[in-house]
Amino acid sequence: MLPAGLVRFLTEIAEVTRFTTKFFREILRPRFEFAEFLRQCFFIGYKSLGLVAITAFIMGLVITIQSRPTLVEFGAEAWLPKMVSVSLVREIAPVITALICAGKIGSGIGAELGSMKVTEQIDAMEVSGTNPYKYLVVTRVMATILMIPILAVLADAVSLYGAYLGSNIRGVVSWDLYWNQVFATLTYSDIMPSILKTFFFGFAIGIIGCYQGFNSKKGTEGVGRSANAAVVISSLLVFIIDLIAVQITDLAGLT
Amino acid sequence: MNRKKNHTTYAPAADAEIAIQISNLDVSFGDNHVLRHFSFELPAGKSYAVLGKSGSGKSVLIKCIIGLIKPNAGTIQIFGTNITDLNSVELDKMRMETGFLFQSNALYDSMTVRENLEFPLRRHGIQKTAAEVDELVREALVNVGLPGTDNMMPAELSGGMKKRIALARTLILKPKIILYDEPTTGLDPITGREIGHLMVDIQKKYHTSSLVISHDLNCIHIAADRIVMLIDGTCYAIGTYDELKKSTDLKIKSFFD
Ligand SMILES: Nc1ncnc2c1ncn2[C@@H]1O[C@H](COP(=O)(O)OP(=O)(O)OP(=O)(O)O)[C@@H](O)[C@H]1O
Ligand SMILES: [Mg+2]
Repeated sequence: MLPAGLVRFLTEIAEVTRFTTKFFREILRPRFEFAEFLRQCFFIGYKSLGLVAITAFIMGLVITIQSRPTLVEFGAEAWLPKMVSVSLVREIAPVITALICAGKIGSGIGAELGSMKVTEQIDAMEVSGTNPYKYLVVTRVMATILMIPILAVLADAVSLYGAYLGSNIRGVVSWDLYWNQVFATLTYSDIMPSILKTFFFGFAIGIIGCYQGFNSKKGTEGVGRSANAAVVISSLLVFIIDLIAVQITDLAGLT
Repeated sequence: MNRKKNHTTYAPAADAEIAIQISNLDVSFGDNHVLRHFSFELPAGKSYAVLGKSGSGKSVLIKCIIGLIKPNAGTIQIFGTNITDLNSVELDKMRMETGFLFQSNALYDSMTVRENLEFPLRRHGIQKTAAEVDELVREALVNVGLPGTDNMMPAELSGGMKKRIALARTLILKPKIILYDEPTTGLDPITGREIGHLMVDIQKKYHTSSLVISHDLNCIHIAADRIVMLIDGTCYAIGTYDELKKSTDLKIKSFFD
């Protein structure tokens, strides 16, 4: 006999897989809820904009300040913009954006759909001529798939600006010189894979939030647990996807 | 596997004398056999109540009737059409004529009262002009005694008001059958009685057949012609309030003490 915990884990995996395959099936069938999709894009994109921008700015600034001493030690201070921009664009900005969104959007979706589930609003939609999976899940997941890459690109820009300010705290780098260096350093193979993976981050955050919400247990405690599980699982998935993405770009020779 | 395509269409007989006919309904979740060989019929224009303990499967029963839960076996006929194997398009047709008042109201938190009421109209693809929609919303709100609440949010409403708005939302499609899932739980006895009387008014005004799930005897006494006792997953007894109250059967008696 398998231990009960393992059985529960495997059942859960099977359920998530079924929920996810349903997404691909439903998205192909006609009647796309366009109005609701736009509404979700607005909520997901606009509402997280400030938080993502502030965090990205601080990360850019801090990473630059932290990296300087080591580079100075090797007499390579002029390399600061080069080094920092690569780590920001490749790794820090997209992952920070995804984690912030897992916290803010993932928990939001989990709690919202969870409370809709326990107060029978999802059932009410179904009896009102609406496919709740299409109306609630497909629209939200599409919105996270679209908006998280956009937020990540924004985070790239803002964090590079933070890095510019950071490199001017102790040294002097002119605005033009800084950006020239940054764009000379960053290549297609730095930018493309890093943007590509944010689509997968977006998908993971959306689908896990929705899954947790749809499977919420009765009571306010159940809703809280769904929101919490949405954050924990989607954050973990962000790192796992990141790990896989790194392996793929590595194998594809895009390093 | 050879999956059977079904072509059943929802075609309610206009002169059907039986609104809902359930025969040998079996529903189980794993080892939990909730309903076993449950049968009963609701004559058109009547109001019946289903009385049973908490967890006895009352909500499961009416969710089967509206097609939210698929029974393991048995048939459910609404105005003569078996609805257990309708496809989603046909099911929607049936749901336009069958109103459902949810136990927890199920008002959409993110929408105003007005948007809540318009939701079923818009989603069922019913073509109406803006003026007609206005009129339907106004009429439904007046009929539940809450005119002028259009722009309020569900969070601003009291429990009794939420129940009325939820009822207005089911009335907006002018259903032929209304299924009430515990319309008075969570309300004080006075408000509960008001809702009971409202249900009777609605029944008269809209000429509906209705099925009320409840364990509130006051409400049942006011709003139901007959009572179906749901005990151990079956239709244990059926009769008027007074008949059942006089019963000497211990299982029935326990509900009326
Ligand atoms: N979707 C479901 N999956 C698994 N079990 C379910 C499901 N829905 C209901 N049940 C089980 O069916 C039984 C009857 O539930 P139901 O909600 O119908 O009770 P009820 O009579 O409406 O009770 P209450 O008066 O508390 O509302 C319960 O044991 C419940 O756990
Ligand atoms: Mg119930």
